[in-house]
Amino acid sequence: MSLTSAHSVVAPSATSKRVAGTIIVLYALISIVPLLWIFATSFKTPPDSIAYPPKILFQPSLEGYCNLFSTRTRQTPEYINSLGPATGVCDETVRKRNMVIAGPSNFMPRFINSLIIAFGSTFCAVFLGTLSAYGFSRFKVPLADDLLFFILSTRMMPPIAVAIPIYLMYRELGLSDTALGMILLYTAVNVSLAVWLLKGFIDEIPREYEEAAMIDGYTRLQAFWRTVLPQATTGIAATAIFCLIFAWNEYAFAALLTSGTAQTAPPFIPTIIGEGGQDWPAVAAGTTIFLVPILVFTILLRKQLLRGITFGAVRK
Amino acid sequence: MAEIRVEHLRKAFGDFVAVQDSNFVVGDGEFFVMLGPSGCGKTTTLRMIAGLELPTGGKILLGGEDVTMRRARERDIAFVFQLFALYPHMNVRKNIGFPLLAQGMPGIEIRQRVEETAKLLRIDHLLNKSVSGLAGGDRQRVALGRAIVRRPKCFLMDEPLGTLDTEFRDLMVHELRELHNRIHATTVYVTHDQMEAMSMADKIAVMNHGVIEQFGTPREIYDRPATMFVADFIGSPPMNFLGFGGGLSKGAREIVVQGAKVAVPEVREDIAPADMALGIRPEHIRFDDASKLRGAIYGTEYLGTTQIVAVETSGGIIKARVPAEIRLNAGDHVGLALSSARLSLFEKGSGRAVRTAIHDGASQGRAHHG
Repeated sequence: MSLTSAHSVVAPSATSKRVAGTIIVLYALISIVPLLWIFATSFKTPPDSIAYPPKILFQPSLEGYCNLFSTRTRQTPEYINSLGPATGVCDETVRKRNMVIAGPSNFMPRFINSLIIAFGSTFCAVFLGTLSAYGFSRFKVPLADDLLFFILSTRMMPPIAVAIPIYLMYRELGLSDTALGMILLYTAVNVSLAVWLLKGFIDEIPREYEEAAMIDGYTRLQAFWRTVLPQATTGIAATAIFCLIFAWNEYAFAALLTSGTAQTAPPFIPTIIGEGGQDWPAVAAGTTIFLVPILVFTILLRKQLLRGITFGAVRK
Repeated sequence: MAEIRVEHLRKAFGDFVAVQDSNFVVGDGEFFVMLGPSGCGKTTTLRMIAGLELPTGGKILLGGEDVTMRRARERDIAFVFQLFALYPHMNVRKNIGFPLLAQGMPGIEIRQRVEETAKLLRIDHLLNKSVSGLAGGDRQRVALGRAIVRRPKCFLMDEPLGTLDTEFRDLMVHELRELHNRIHATTVYVTHDQMEAMSMADKIAVMNHGVIEQFGTPREIYDRPATMFVADFIGSPPMNFLGFGGGLSKGAREIVVQGAKVAVPEVREDIAPADMALGIRPEHIRFDDASKLRGAIYGTEYLGTTQIVAVETSGGIIKARVPAEIRLNAGDHVGLALSSARLSLFEKGSGRAVRTAIHDGASQGRAHHG
């Protein structure tokens, strides 16, 4: 046996690293194909988007984005010719299809609804979750284990199982199709996740920090604010991402409970298909824009998210 | 600075009694150490003085004021934790200034006080560093700085040297005592390390199972242990115990141990016949061939200036500390002579020390139980 073949028992060997790397790269490629497909489609013209075989190389066009943000009416070529010169890229694009822009579409308001509802409910869930997790972590709460189980149990059934009672209750309470109603609903669904995740993080922060602060003249709330919270940022960030992803992507309740003023982007995007033929580029454009906030948020907090997944969720 | 008075203090967690009827007074400016094995109730006592736990019964007076039920922040004390509890999101300066911020002190004054404190602890060059990069000793100094910056009524320290390496620990023991000599702050210090206790304390309370076994100066505790537990816990190696039977009468000056007559300090009380123990420190044993107390050498432990010799006698192993020059071989038969003036007698059942001439002019030291 030569010494050069000796290897560490803990460090993975070069071969296993290479195999693992290959598998990960393959998986990443497979995962990203649908996203690339959507992204590419959003820059195709409608004929290109349904071409067979699919076009990998194509002339990029902003038509999908123009159609996403506008409503259009079909006009005769004579009428279009009688108009003045086109006022912008979109104007020019739609005129080629014998259409004129009639006004903005509902996409922007729906997208803003999504932002308000997702971020609002995430804030509420994380705020409530942090405080209750702190309570469960630090105080002798009577029946703490049962309460924690009860909180968790709200997550055990699919939320849609309670869709009908919630639909009826919301109608009675006047919460149907309101941003407040959706924020309350998503907060209720997310708060159990937030409590459990954050309790793990807060349990790991030694209580000496607050005790030291309280001896040094701070109230418990001040001590919590100044010593616990800054150290729980990792956990809070990770929890916020999980909550945000849920609230952002949620489709079933949004489709059921919102139809007009409070409608979020997920139930809105499919309705684009119906407006003037199967406008796949517009749908793809909506989806692409819809991905952006969550992508930015996740990239900003990726360090915390990674630590959140590996640390907080798995307690020692 | 203030005196701390603890009266009939008791703490129970459900059925478990952590502290039973503790009574002691820490004088103004005294360095008081609570010493005992883990789980003996010393940290619980400290936390009750701090206001982090509420007692089940009894009173705590700080500078004559009853603070038993006050909140921690209303007691004007400082606490140094075993893990230091330095806030990782603040630098050294902010950590030290944190208690002053709570008082609403103006920024300029905080800056000044923090710098003074840092100079006192010789950490002024570290003020703008992050606490996470500090070495153990410096972390300790920052924790101390946070405690002294406020000039509180007293300092409470919970095993503050427990996480340091031995080398650093000796240095910090020295520094802590030196600091105490400079600022004369009433200090309650909790440790399980007898060396820390002996080298720093003005007064020591030895605790076991929630009971204060003995309260006294390091010298009293070492020379006149009030109970067998104290005798066994203090000293390395601990006191030897040689069993003997029969009672004692007032004025007795001699007992019989393993068939050998041993002179003892004059007994000051009558003891009914019971199982007894003679306690003798290893350094108070000499080799003497004339002695009737004999045994065979079992092993030796060379310590440089002295050596610890384990001798197997008919009553068990006895350890003696003798000069290192003496050449000894395992199996050698030796006679053991005990320094009569320094030995203690105990009742085995209760563990209590029998009152003898060594206690003359000194209180027995055992805490009284209600």
